[in-house]
Amino acid sequence: MTFLTLSKIQKSFGAVQVVRDFDMTIEKGEFVSFLGPSGCGKTTVLRMIAGFESPSGGEISIDGRSQANLKPNQRNIGMVFQAYALFPNMNVAENVAFGLKVAGKPKAEIDARVNEMLGLIKLDHLADRYPYQMSGGQQQRVALARALAPKPQVLLLDEPLSALDAKIRVSLREEIRMIQQQLGITTVFVTHDQEEALSISDRIVVMNGGRADQIGSPFEIYNRPATRFVASFVGTLNLIEAKVIDPAANRIAIGDQAITLREPLGAVKAGDTVSLALRPEAGSIAEGAKGDTALTGKVVSSNFLGSVIRTRMKVGDAVISFDMFNAPGLSPPAVGETVTLRFTASDLLIIRE
Amino acid sequence: MKTNRLLAWVAIAIGVVYFIVPLIGTFEFSLRMRRGEYSFDAYQSVFSDMQFRATFGYSMLMAFFTIIFGILLVVPTAYWVRLRLPQIRPVVEFITLLPLVIPAIVIVFGYLRLYNSSSFIPLTNSTSGTNALLMLSYITLSLPYMYRAIDTAMRSIDVATLTEAAESLGARWPTIMFRCIFPNVMSGVLSGAFITFAIVMGEFTMAALLNRPAFGPYLQLVGANKAYEPSALAIIAFAITWLSMGLLQLVSRLQKTAPRKA
Amino acid sequence: MNTANLIDRRKIVDWLGIAPFMIFAFMFLILPTLYLVTGAFFNPAGEFTFKNIADLAHPTILSAYWISIKVSVASSLGGAVIGFMLAWAVVLGGLPSWIRSGLLTFSGVASNFAGVPLAFAFIATLGRTGLVTLLLREWFGFNLYGTGFNLLSFLGLTITYMFFQIPLMVLILTPALDGLKKEWREASEILGASTWQYWRMIGLPILWPSLMGTTLLLFANAFGAIATAYALTGSSLNIVPILLYAQIRGDVLHNPNLGYALALGMIVITGLSNVLYIWLRSRAERWQK
Ligand SMILES: Nc1ncnc2c1ncn2[C@@H]1O[C@H](COP(=O)(O)OP(=O)(O)OP(=O)(O)O)[C@@H](O)[C@H]1O
Ligand SMILES: [Mg+2]
Repeated sequence: MTFLTLSKIQKSFGAVQVVRDFDMTIEKGEFVSFLGPSGCGKTTVLRMIAGFESPSGGEISIDGRSQANLKPNQRNIGMVFQAYALFPNMNVAENVAFGLKVAGKPKAEIDARVNEMLGLIKLDHLADRYPYQMSGGQQQRVALARALAPKPQVLLLDEPLSALDAKIRVSLREEIRMIQQQLGITTVFVTHDQEEALSISDRIVVMNGGRADQIGSPFEIYNRPATRFVASFVGTLNLIEAKVIDPAANRIAIGDQAITLREPLGAVKAGDTVSLALRPEAGSIAEGAKGDTALTGKVVSSNFLGSVIRTRMKVGDAVISFDMFNAPGLSPPAVGETVTLRFTASDLLIIRE
Repeated sequence: MKTNRLLAWVAIAIGVVYFIVPLIGTFEFSLRMRRGEYSFDAYQSVFSDMQFRATFGYSMLMAFFTIIFGILLVVPTAYWVRLRLPQIRPVVEFITLLPLVIPAIVIVFGYLRLYNSSSFIPLTNSTSGTNALLMLSYITLSLPYMYRAIDTAMRSIDVATLTEAAESLGARWPTIMFRCIFPNVMSGVLSGAFITFAIVMGEFTMAALLNRPAFGPYLQLVGANKAYEPSALAIIAFAITWLSMGLLQLVSRLQKTAPRKA
Repeated sequence: MNTANLIDRRKIVDWLGIAPFMIFAFMFLILPTLYLVTGAFFNPAGEFTFKNIADLAHPTILSAYWISIKVSVASSLGGAVIGFMLAWAVVLGGLPSWIRSGLLTFSGVASNFAGVPLAFAFIATLGRTGLVTLLLREWFGFNLYGTGFNLLSFLGLTITYMFFQIPLMVLILTPALDGLKKEWREASEILGASTWQYWRMIGLPILWPSLMGTTLLLFANAFGAIATAYALTGSSLNIVPILLYAQIRGDVLHNPNLGYALALGMIVITGLSNVLYIWLRSRAERWQK
């Protein structure tokens, strides 16, 4: 059931177009992340949904109702800002109560709802604190409770975690996801952190230069990137240039090693160059590793990253990284050593813009 | 948003009318001295008045001394409070704000009783004593502005580190004060100085009650006796204020753009 | 023993450092004030008495206080309201930025343009032969002074005082309005609040300390001002500073100690406005660092 529809949204600031042909539908109760580099227009789209900016073209509708003529305070949307934006002159309980109070709800109902919300974010004991007396993580949880208290139809979060430190970021994002699922609220979450987007979203929109490059589940986005941009932006990725040997047989060569691709090459001729993508975690150099394809190269570096060891090897002109899990007793390959990387041919993706 | 901007323009328009009309009115009035045509006669009359020159010069001189002694009093104090006695900061700040609370006329009333000819420090007995008292009263009046300006400038430099660095190089305290601290808080000192200048040039109460031939009482006298000269004087006074505030802004702008020397 | 000595010496040096300032403040700020305050409770013969204070109830004196308070309240409230509007217009009204810098520069000048010249300016504008008075008559056939308006009255003085009150407010409120974060506005809006609700529940409470503080400062400012009023009206307008001025000059009250009481009354009123400010501020500071 489609709940939030963005159709052909355009937005220009003066002569600069920052959002183009943005098209998507979001289901009721879905958690969608907008992922993309700084300046790609994520915030702008979010602010158009909230009503702080009006689109230069296209239409936004929520639950079948066009939002074009609605002001932000008529839309019944919850929003969480990057910099918390709690009202400094109100304590936690008053902040959470604000939306209900301006809606003229009776006091008993407000109190009950505030308690329920504070319970939800587990901050009952801080109801009397003022924003300056709380940590960033606590403030952001209050901001979440404040946004949820009036039971909005859509929840918008604009990089709510980016001002927090790494540990809190992880625990809070899980908390947000849990609360979202518990309430079943339709949510749009803006981030430029791919791990964040991958870990908590139902679907991800990867944005680039004001456009949605790809929309899909985290699994699809990660494993089947549709464009070179998506492939390079999400996860670490080897981008390898290869020479076509025999288009009919899907044969290509990396350096002087020929391999057969699973995916059809399409309209190319022998001697053309194609771009291939391979995730570092797709292959292994262990003895007896599985895989129908192998590449042999010389190790140029090997970095210990904690749970994984990232090794780079040279095959012809191409440098290919691969990861192996750390284990006691495992000896990382030495620089200069010759190793053979085995992987499944279908993990090698052809990137065509 | 549209209505917002409209309201903003309306507010500004009201402000402009309120502030510009009296200035235009004053200027127009100052030109009316010659019957039937506009002329600068009033200005000529003002500038050729010996009294004008004398009182203006007197107030300039007073402003000069007030600024010098005010700086000598405030800079070391602000420095010392920041460096050694941060705990009494609130007290010092409170004192510096007192002149905004106690009306000037009350303060000078107190002076007249405390330092008159029959008191233990008979400052008003001699002309030089009265001049000194007037200068001290001007320092009092400008204290809130002077202290704030200098203290703000000091906040932006790290007084403690600067002092330690100088001490480690073997500098003695006059050297520290005049070579390290003063140059670094120059912007604050100058802002304070310009405000003080504006205050002293226009001040009336203190000078009138201490019976000194300053510019303020002269203005009042002209106002009571002449028709067109007061407007000319008001325009001149406004120009002086504008000049000192303009210099003040210039200094603070230069300060912002100038690279900070270590 | 030795170290204790050193510490003591250091402490003494510390205090010596601000001795000049303290001596200055004591001699030229605190002592003169105390002298008047205590003097208010003695009669010329040096006996303790409340008579001076009681004598303040004389109709002339009472009405002087009353007019002073009225003018100060009106000009500070007027200054606060108009100053707030102007500061709001340049910070949040979406005006071009040169208007902002122009207004701030002008306010810096106008807030210091007080005293005698200010009186001249208003006489030249709104006096009997002032420009506005003449233009109103010639262009609109409107006789300003026919309506009972008088520059030397409560209304005239209030309008004149506002010339320096408004700019002061603008100077202090502009940075305060800059401190209102855009996100607060947006957060309240998306939670369903109207513009009015935003200002009532968030904007004004946050601005309250600076708004209130400045208004009380303006009040004290106007209450103690004498030069403008004196130049405007000579001693014909009966306000406290002018009464005190006349008393200092010529003992018009025929009792020097009553003059002290008059001064004490002024200190009490400006002092009270500051106590009020500090109290309001501490209430507001519940939510501040
Ligand atoms: N009010 C505005 N006026 C003019 N340009 C704007 C305005 N708001 C945003 N932009 C421009 O639009 C583009 C997209 O901005 P937006 O804030 O949506 O990016 P973003 O994806 O949220 O980036 P970030 O991750 O840094 O928050 C940027 O180039 C920005 O400079
Ligand atoms: Mg953004």
